Amino acid sequence: MKNDKRILLAHGSGGKLTHRLLTELVFPSFSNPILDAAEDAAICRLPGKVAFTTDSFVVQPIFFPGGDIGKLSVCGTVNDLAVMGATPRFLTAACIVEEGLEITALEKIIASMARAAVDAGVAIVGGDLKVVEKNACDRIFITTTGIGIIPQKIKISAANARPGDVILVNGFIGEHGCAVMASRQDYGLKTSITSDCASLNGLISAILAASKDVHVMRDPTRGGVATTLNEIASASGVEILVEEKSLPVPEAVRGFCELLGIDPLYIANEGKVLVFAPEKDGPEILRAMKRHPLGKHACAIGRVIAKADPQVLLQTCIGSTRILDMLTGEQLPRIC
Amino acid sequence: MKYIDEFRDRTIVKGLMAEIGALAKLKTNLMEVCGTHTMAIFRSGIKQLLPAKINLISGPGCPVCVTAQADIDRMLTLAKLPGVIITTFGDMLKVPGTQSSLEKERAAGCDIRVVYSPLDALEIARQERSREVIFLAVGFETTAPAIASVTSDARAGRIKNFSVYCCHKLIPPAMAALLEAKEIRIHGFICPGHVSTIIGTRPYALIAEEFRIPCVVSGFEPTDILESIRMLLQQIRQKRADAEIQYRRAVRPEGNLSAQQALSDVFMPSDADWRGLGVIPKSGLKLREQYQAHDAEIKFDIKVEESFEAKQCLCGQVLRGVKNPSQCRLFATVCTPEQPYGPCMVSTEGTCAAWYKYHR
Repeated sequence: MKNDKRILLAHGSGGKLTHRLLTELVFPSFSNPILDAAEDAAICRLPGKVAFTTDSFVVQPIFFPGGDIGKLSVCGTVNDLAVMGATPRFLTAACIVEEGLEITALEKIIASMARAAVDAGVAIVGGDLKVVEKNACDRIFITTTGIGIIPQKIKISAANARPGDVILVNGFIGEHGCAVMASRQDYGLKTSITSDCASLNGLISAILAASKDVHVMRDPTRGGVATTLNEIASASGVEILVEEKSLPVPEAVRGFCELLGIDPLYIANEGKVLVFAPEKDGPEILRAMKRHPLGKHACAIGRVIAKADPQVLLQTCIGSTRILDMLTGEQLPRIC
Repeated sequence: MKYIDEFRDRTIVKGLMAEIGALAKLKTNLMEVCGTHTMAIFRSGIKQLLPAKINLISGPGCPVCVTAQADIDRMLTLAKLPGVIITTFGDMLKVPGTQSSLEKERAAGCDIRVVYSPLDALEIARQERSREVIFLAVGFETTAPAIASVTSDARAGRIKNFSVYCCHKLIPPAMAALLEAKEIRIHGFICPGHVSTIIGTRPYALIAEEFRIPCVVSGFEPTDILESIRMLLQQIRQKRADAEIQYRRAVRPEGNLSAQQALSDVFMPSDADWRGLGVIPKSGLKLREQYQAHDAEIKFDIKVEESFEAKQCLCGQVLRGVKNPSQCRLFATVCTPEQPYGPCMVSTEGTCAAWYKYHR
């Protein structure tokens, strides 16, 4: 490995180079008894109800302030399990690498995945690595699949929102999408924004310890908070009211969005969770969130107002009320 | 955030609303002719707070929306020419032409690239000297100076593979055309903020005088728009018809003289075809003779079959303020931002898109 500078097609051929890549880089980084057995499939023991999810990561650029595609691929799948109330246990990872990727970049990504897995308390127990010709993919794509265990009595679903629920978020919104957009340098803007990319399972354990009656949890990733709220409104058949002035949008994100004419409510987050729970449980959950490092800026952003035709409404900064729709298409920066 | 929160302050909004309430005695139609104003009005929910007597009407303020169907078809023809790279701002991509859209042509293999500045388009031309790079210049007076400057750079730098398909339009002639048509009664214009940073207030002063209609150049924050409405109502009450500036922090009466110079160096006024309004004399810009080597319309042989707008699409009437989107049978039934029938549903500044997103 030490003499190699770039990934070659031969690294994915299944031959000696593949073997070297796996034994010198991948296995030592992710080492755990199940992976180290090096069988064709990971053999795991699981008790009770299982949550099972998969997600692909194609972020460009692959390194961005606050994270990289490796960290993102672990945290994203961990979070999809955690928001269902599951305790994440095992992950697999499949990487499609473009011929020519610098070995140092791959090393950084693998190290970042390993660190994120340790931080989240999950084991990467299997995976795959393919190399495709130049321009057949964009540097590296990663797909992770995760399994978690759902403790008894946990019944969290996007369909469980009820009138009277308060809606909480664990902190600043819009950071991930803005950090990635800014680092693409299409706009020539320099910002201090870093991605919020983080595994939320620790925070979510604290939330579930604070209330036995959490109805809905969902991470507002692609499409942002507005799109996720619309998904929940539709699944539950409820009307939701959000207050614009209570939205935790950090100054740098606001500035970035105001300049470009885009809306932070539609920007992806990678370390945020929206929590729906009865209003009486709200203060206790908020206290629990704020005690956790990933929840310092937690706050309430709205409430479920009625069992009705699904709709999300926004009380605007000037006190008017309007529809807050799902993201349609992609957000375009204004041109004049 | 400084310079943002002050302009969205609820106490100031309440004060302005009270003044507007006191002035709003008669039914009054006020038209905004800027897509960014349309969006700002819907996004902050101003319409819902105004007295019922004050009716805000959206006019032809979205550059993508007013582009004639034949022009969109010509752009699609250009995109299909071998070896051509089309560069465009993002909101043109989905606009449906008679048969297709740039987005569909891109998926079919045409080289169509979204840029955020015409400078990026020129840079592509510099790097890809063996390809023809065409910039689709769709916009009003705000974006035109940048295109003028880039075209002038292309000529000076002998970047012969760069050309512009010029659909630039001018706002004041469209305002006058709407007033002359007398299809709807307009009592005052909320004039565009960014366009006016370039052109100043003189063109509006001529309209105000000729048609006896108040004009106020407005900023884009909620308090800007409300103050502009109050200023218009005051003019109406005092039976004045002046061109005033509310957006004083950005707009000077004389406008931006160097931008105006850049415009007149490179462009000359021409008749232009507007969707919904038809051909309006001297309402567009075309490249002057010395820049014809960079004029895509002259450089390429563009033949198009006959152009048709989608049947039952009311974009034309919406752009004239004669109908609102909810009066269109296609609106939010078959015509949605995902599957638009007309450009007003496509552009982020389009009236139908604003109604769909904020006001269904």
